[in-house]
Amino acid sequence: MLAALTVLLVYQLVGEIAVVALQLPVPGPVVGMALLFVSLMIRGTLPDELRDTAQGLLRHLSLLFVPAGVGVMAHLNRLTNEWLPISVSLVFSTLLTIAVTAIVMRALLARRVKGR
Amino acid sequence: MAPPLAELWVYLSATPLLFLTLTLLVYQGAYWIYRRAGFHPLLNPVALSVALLVALLSLTDTPYEVYFGGAQFVHFLLGPATVALAVPLYAQLDKLKHAFWPICGALLAGAVTALVSAVGIAWALGASDLTLLSIAPKSVTTPIAMGIVERLGGLPSLTAVLVVCTGIIGAVGAKYVLDALHIADQSVRGFALGTAAHGIGTARAFQESDEAGAFSGLAMGLCGLVTAVLFPLGVWIVRALP
Repeated sequence: MLAALTVLLVYQLVGEIAVVALQLPVPGPVVGMALLFVSLMIRGTLPDELRDTAQGLLRHLSLLFVPAGVGVMAHLNRLTNEWLPISVSLVFSTLLTIAVTAIVMRALLARRVKGR
Repeated sequence: MAPPLAELWVYLSATPLLFLTLTLLVYQGAYWIYRRAGFHPLLNPVALSVALLVALLSLTDTPYEVYFGGAQFVHFLLGPATVALAVPLYAQLDKLKHAFWPICGALLAGAVTALVSAVGIAWALGASDLTLLSIAPKSVTTPIAMGIVERLGGLPSLTAVLVVCTGIIGAVGAKYVLDALHIADQSVRGFALGTAAHGIGTARAFQESDEAGAFSGLAMGLCGLVTAVLFPLGVWIVRALP
């Protein structure tokens, strides 16, 4: 577990360095994630230890959102003042995204089947 | 004689121990309630924990900064957890190759729809610029969304709250939208949920079937990556406009 956690931190660190050095617009951990994904593809296998540690970390993923979520305290004014645009935007945009994604994917899958 | 409770509280709240422990305790309590309620989407453990902690901090007059002094140790793990998302993504590599082009098309359509419609609707209804910046990546998993918003000068903690709300809305509403569209394919249902509602949607998709869950997890990771590139690009274009 220690080795796998170190691997994750090293990839994050390399990601952060790459973001600063190359002035990338994406967050460091995202670059780390992409690099780890590419490394795994090159390697061709997934080490058991890394799989277990990643699963352990991701199983409690929602816990990690809590400290940031409590930050809502600092934004109560903004949320009360702008409750209408925020709530309408969240509900309609989310449902619309589900519909558009599903329709496009179904259409492309059907076309591919027909094309063969 | 034992020190008065208030004094003890002042002493304890100055160390990270109190709020770190409290965060873990409250979350596990919230998760217990969520499980007991048969994983009802409205009792999302994140929403529940946040509500309980905010109530507690307000009652004790504790500023957020003091709380975060302890909770930052949990928050820090978001970084390695984001890197760890590469693992389930890699585990789905075969499925990814199999439906490569439909996935690319659906992903792009979904990610653009999420960004444009969230900002467009909020803008049309008069939201402020800072809110627009913070609501844009609402469909992306929190560590990625917060990272993007932080770099662009938005409010990461507001984004975290909006992302969690989005997840809950998606998890509750997806069934009705997908049924209305007569979409039966589990891979399509899962992929749509993961694109629109990230991890909370993925948890919901796993309740439908393993296939839906796997495609949802895949969509969550990919949508995060695509948005991490598209959104800063979009902001750059909008800011460059006269």
